Amino acid sequence: MAEASRAIRASAVRLVLNRVAYGAVTLLLVSAVIFLITSWLPGDAAQELLGQSATPEAVAALREKLGLDRSPLARYGAWLRGLATGDLGVSLAANTPVADLVATRLPKSLLLAAVTAVVSVPIALTIGIVSAMWRGRRLDRSLNVATLSMVAVPEFLIATIAVLVFAVKLRWLPALSNAVDIGSASQFFRTYAMPVLTLCFVIVAQMARMTRAAVIDQLNASYVEMAVLKGARPAHVALRHALPNAIGPIANAVALSLSYLLGGVVIVESIFNYPGIASLMVDAVTNRDIPVVQACAMIFCFAYLLLVLVADLVAILSNPRLRHR
Amino acid sequence: MAQPHVQVTGLCVAARGPGGSEALIVRDVSFAIPKGQVLALIGESGSGKTTIALSLLGYARPGCRFAAGTVRIGSTDVLSLDDEELYRLRGGQVSYIAQSAAAAFNPMKTIMDQVVEGTAIHGTLTRSASETRAVELFRALALPDPEGIGSRYPHQVSGGQLQRLMAAMALITEPELVVLDEPTTALDVTTQIEVLRAFRHVVRERGTTAVYVSHDLAVVAQMADRIVVLSEGEVRESGATADILERPRHDYTRSLLAAARPKPRTTDEPREDTPLLEVRDLGAGYGRVGADGLPEIRVLDAIDLTIPRGATLGVIGESGCGKTTLARVVAGLVPAARGEVRFDGEPLPTNLHQRTKEQFRRIQIVFQNADTVLNPAHTIRSILERPLAFYRGVTGEAAGRRVAELLDLVKLPGSLADRRPAELSGGQKQRVNLARALAAEPDLILCDEVTSALDTVVGAAILDLLAELRRSLGVSYLFISHDISTVRAVCDDILVLYAGRKVESGSRSALAAPPYHPYADLLIASVPELRTGWLEGLPPRVTIPIAETHAAQPAGLCPFLDRCPLRVPGLCDRLAPPRQRFPSGKEVLCHREGEDLARHQLNTAITT
Amino acid sequence: MIAERRHWATRAWALMKGLPLAGRIGFALVLFWALAALLGPSLAPHPVGAVVAMDVYGTFTAAHPLGTDYLGRDMLSRILHGARLTIGLALAAAVAASVTGTTIAILSATIGGWIDEGVGRLMDALISIPSKMLALVMVASFGASPTLLILTAAFSYTPGAFRIARSLAINVRTLDYVQAARARGEGTGYIAWVEIFPNMVNPMLADFGLRFVFVVLLLSGMSFLGLGVQPPDADLGSLVRENISGLFEGAPAVVMPALAIASLTVGVNLLIDALSGRSSQVEQ
Repeated sequence: MAEASRAIRASAVRLVLNRVAYGAVTLLLVSAVIFLITSWLPGDAAQELLGQSATPEAVAALREKLGLDRSPLARYGAWLRGLATGDLGVSLAANTPVADLVATRLPKSLLLAAVTAVVSVPIALTIGIVSAMWRGRRLDRSLNVATLSMVAVPEFLIATIAVLVFAVKLRWLPALSNAVDIGSASQFFRTYAMPVLTLCFVIVAQMARMTRAAVIDQLNASYVEMAVLKGARPAHVALRHALPNAIGPIANAVALSLSYLLGGVVIVESIFNYPGIASLMVDAVTNRDIPVVQACAMIFCFAYLLLVLVADLVAILSNPRLRHR
Repeated sequence: MAQPHVQVTGLCVAARGPGGSEALIVRDVSFAIPKGQVLALIGESGSGKTTIALSLLGYARPGCRFAAGTVRIGSTDVLSLDDEELYRLRGGQVSYIAQSAAAAFNPMKTIMDQVVEGTAIHGTLTRSASETRAVELFRALALPDPEGIGSRYPHQVSGGQLQRLMAAMALITEPELVVLDEPTTALDVTTQIEVLRAFRHVVRERGTTAVYVSHDLAVVAQMADRIVVLSEGEVRESGATADILERPRHDYTRSLLAAARPKPRTTDEPREDTPLLEVRDLGAGYGRVGADGLPEIRVLDAIDLTIPRGATLGVIGESGCGKTTLARVVAGLVPAARGEVRFDGEPLPTNLHQRTKEQFRRIQIVFQNADTVLNPAHTIRSILERPLAFYRGVTGEAAGRRVAELLDLVKLPGSLADRRPAELSGGQKQRVNLARALAAEPDLILCDEVTSALDTVVGAAILDLLAELRRSLGVSYLFISHDISTVRAVCDDILVLYAGRKVESGSRSALAAPPYHPYADLLIASVPELRTGWLEGLPPRVTIPIAETHAAQPAGLCPFLDRCPLRVPGLCDRLAPPRQRFPSGKEVLCHREGEDLARHQLNTAITT
Repeated sequence: MIAERRHWATRAWALMKGLPLAGRIGFALVLFWALAALLGPSLAPHPVGAVVAMDVYGTFTAAHPLGTDYLGRDMLSRILHGARLTIGLALAAAVAASVTGTTIAILSATIGGWIDEGVGRLMDALISIPSKMLALVMVASFGASPTLLILTAAFSYTPGAFRIARSLAINVRTLDYVQAARARGEGTGYIAWVEIFPNMVNPMLADFGLRFVFVVLLLSGMSFLGLGVQPPDADLGSLVRENISGLFEGAPAVVMPALAIASLTVGVNLLIDALSGRSSQVEQ
């Protein structure tokens, strides 16, 4: 028996390690794609950056600084090594290490994402489960139309309307969320209310729709009919029978929706002037500050893969078929 | 007779169709069950039998509603209960055993949690008292390890065991009525018999009132006191079991009985002996290929067979025995890992890409599931015209004429040509499926369970058609089935597969008399006979508990070793069994001598 | 030809009448924007670049029903022109993404083996780059001409289309009728296009609609950030950007183009949902 349970644990561990390895391979492929795109500049990048009037010496110096005198593969290798050791290169625009820029911006973005997640996940799961339980009824149909419309609305419409209502008309909140010296709860609220509201708007709808689909999928299973025929009440059927089976798909839905934050945050940070990593990236794209663009893109992709990995692990650990083979 | 315990009167159930209009799927059904009796609802798919059974729990599936009638259990008027009263009825007063236990158990919860859930919902017993009762039930149902099985998850026990566990789940609240909905249909025949025996034991011992829903008359004959025959939502006939079986009054009952007793459709007339298909030492499987050139997971091992021109070879075995893989290897869909296939004297490449168009044309495969075998995007005409154009270059008017001929050949009206598969019934689709194979004018048709997805009466008509085509066109068949009576009815030679090995083969007549391979013996003895009392009359030896030893065994040992009641310790678990040829001409893979086998065998000679 | 066309019109009308209310609203919005993209610029009351009012950030008036912008140009005219650009770019990119994704998926699923595995692995990697990030990276490297924007959006959404198409194709591939075609000796091309493809058209059309919505949102977002369509051209997203300072005056010039985008994307979403709901009902 002890041997059997050890074997079980070993197989679960192997499955988990498999997923982690798969994630790592994907991350490597992603880095190759990003590097390929960002270093595929037509012509001489140094010349382009400095303009036609630059002296040949200056161009040569920049080429050396950018490593353009080495082969693309060697540059990719050096870049990867840098990523692994935390050396993200030097910003062309600010002439400071990219790592320093990221270090000041990343925590702010993570905080914004965390607040959004804390607000959106419970609301979305409640909407999704309730509408699955009452599927086909009027409540479900109206929620369906509402969420369907919400996912298609651009963030800047929500943001502009929010500013118009809360900052311009009602004057309750400041229009910008600079996130400097937050000292009190009310200040925190004033800073985060509108960005979080905007982000939640789309994410809640998306997450609720996926949760609903996952729960309905389970409610159509024959073990649910069996539970009904055992005399179980609807809440018992949904929460004790269907929900445990939907944990894997729901975790996946949450991960995918939160990963949408990574894109949505770009618009929101820029509209509210929030000093996070996404606005850093937008500025870098505008200035064609490639090292910063590369680093930010890798951070976003890493975050995405991490979310998906966590969802996968939740699915594995919640499923007895994968836990006890 | 006293007031019956269960009384259904004038029941009508309506279902909403795709257009939103309602139609009655159950019409004016009435029956009664005295306390302690078992009533069978028998009928084919669409007969409304499950809908009626569920009405006993006051449950209508989504889209359905009770339109008229009453259902009375004891003093309860089921259809007039409110939600709260229904919760108390379901699983308390009336409980349900579903067809597929594998789907009806929640994969996320332990078996014990689910078995005792009913008592928790209805508050009838404490957790520890209900666990004690559950273990008693597990023991009564002859489940292995009754103390420990409850702590497992559903995926850790076999299908036959799950089905019995579901019976425990239904009986734990000591209901007044148990509804069994096709509880053994998803099981292999050798497993079914164990489950039937366990069900019969607990139902009889407890004097349970039960409704047994099934399409299988032979199974029902073992379980029920009375039978209600249904078709298209209406009662055709009802009566005591023996009366229905021996003195059917309604034509529909007679056709059901006739289909359940298949008549031989082949004659023992002398035939050519030129082999059309020869398979030698065939091995196939999936997964990584090892050092010995064989794949990791072996589905087929050391298969030899010959189909003479114009003959039919039946391959029989339970699910997972490799019979479908055999057909796919011959069709070229699964590459062989070892061995040789010869077709009409020429070696046949088992790799799809090395076959010639002519080889493709001469071997056609007909798959089991008529619902998925015709492309829903194409019309019947284009489905039938494709092989004509592909193999023979026949197009235009000539192809149109040929399509009409083909439809006529499979006895379908020509007007069907411009329909799409979704507009056809299951039997019609299977005929089109056959017509598509015939369009190639093949020499060999591989029939993979062609009747098992069909109702028995429809399936019987397909078998008739196959026999007729064979007579008129001279095609050969490789006929794959899990149903021994079907195989006996249409095949000249029979091959018994077990776990990817050929354990027995011979002519149809040789397979009708012992000695058998012990697996073939069990298989034949497990097929319920169409008479009452068959199950009680069976010697108890059939139910040998499966020895669950999964220790590594030397290669080539008898595949049936773990389950074999006749295994010889020290011999069977050490040495690979020889392939013996008995005087009747059959080959058996066994250590025991023929006479020795025959002495211990369950079956005596079978008259076909 | 005319009879044919009338036939289509009646069919479209019958289709719409069968839809639930939300679906009809979606149908009307989609129809409106389709006409706006086709005819809008010729119906626009003023030239797109003309400064026609003294009043900047003007509110709704009879002369300028949607107000005026930061230079005093007519918003209605600018939105009608911007809509054509937004819809045109998005349509091109969505078609390119869906066609490329579907083609690669069907071929890869039909061929199978290590090619299928390799393509799948690469697409998995591309999917893990959020499409907005991928677009930003591409704009940073290559710039933002209309052609490049179409390519960028198409490239960003091809992996998604591939994933959907591949899972559909894999499902169809295992079905018996495809096995029957393989056993008949049919080639890869026939199996891919005659046996598999027709059975994924409907879900792929629905997916195309969703992808169009994604692309509209992506391109508008990029333009809103100033990284998309470059002046003097302006799509709906650029219109929001150039008038953003009017937000504090509550100018319609900010909200109107944003509402235009939302009505287009919400309309498409509602229509697709109603249509796919209908087809799944029919299948049941």
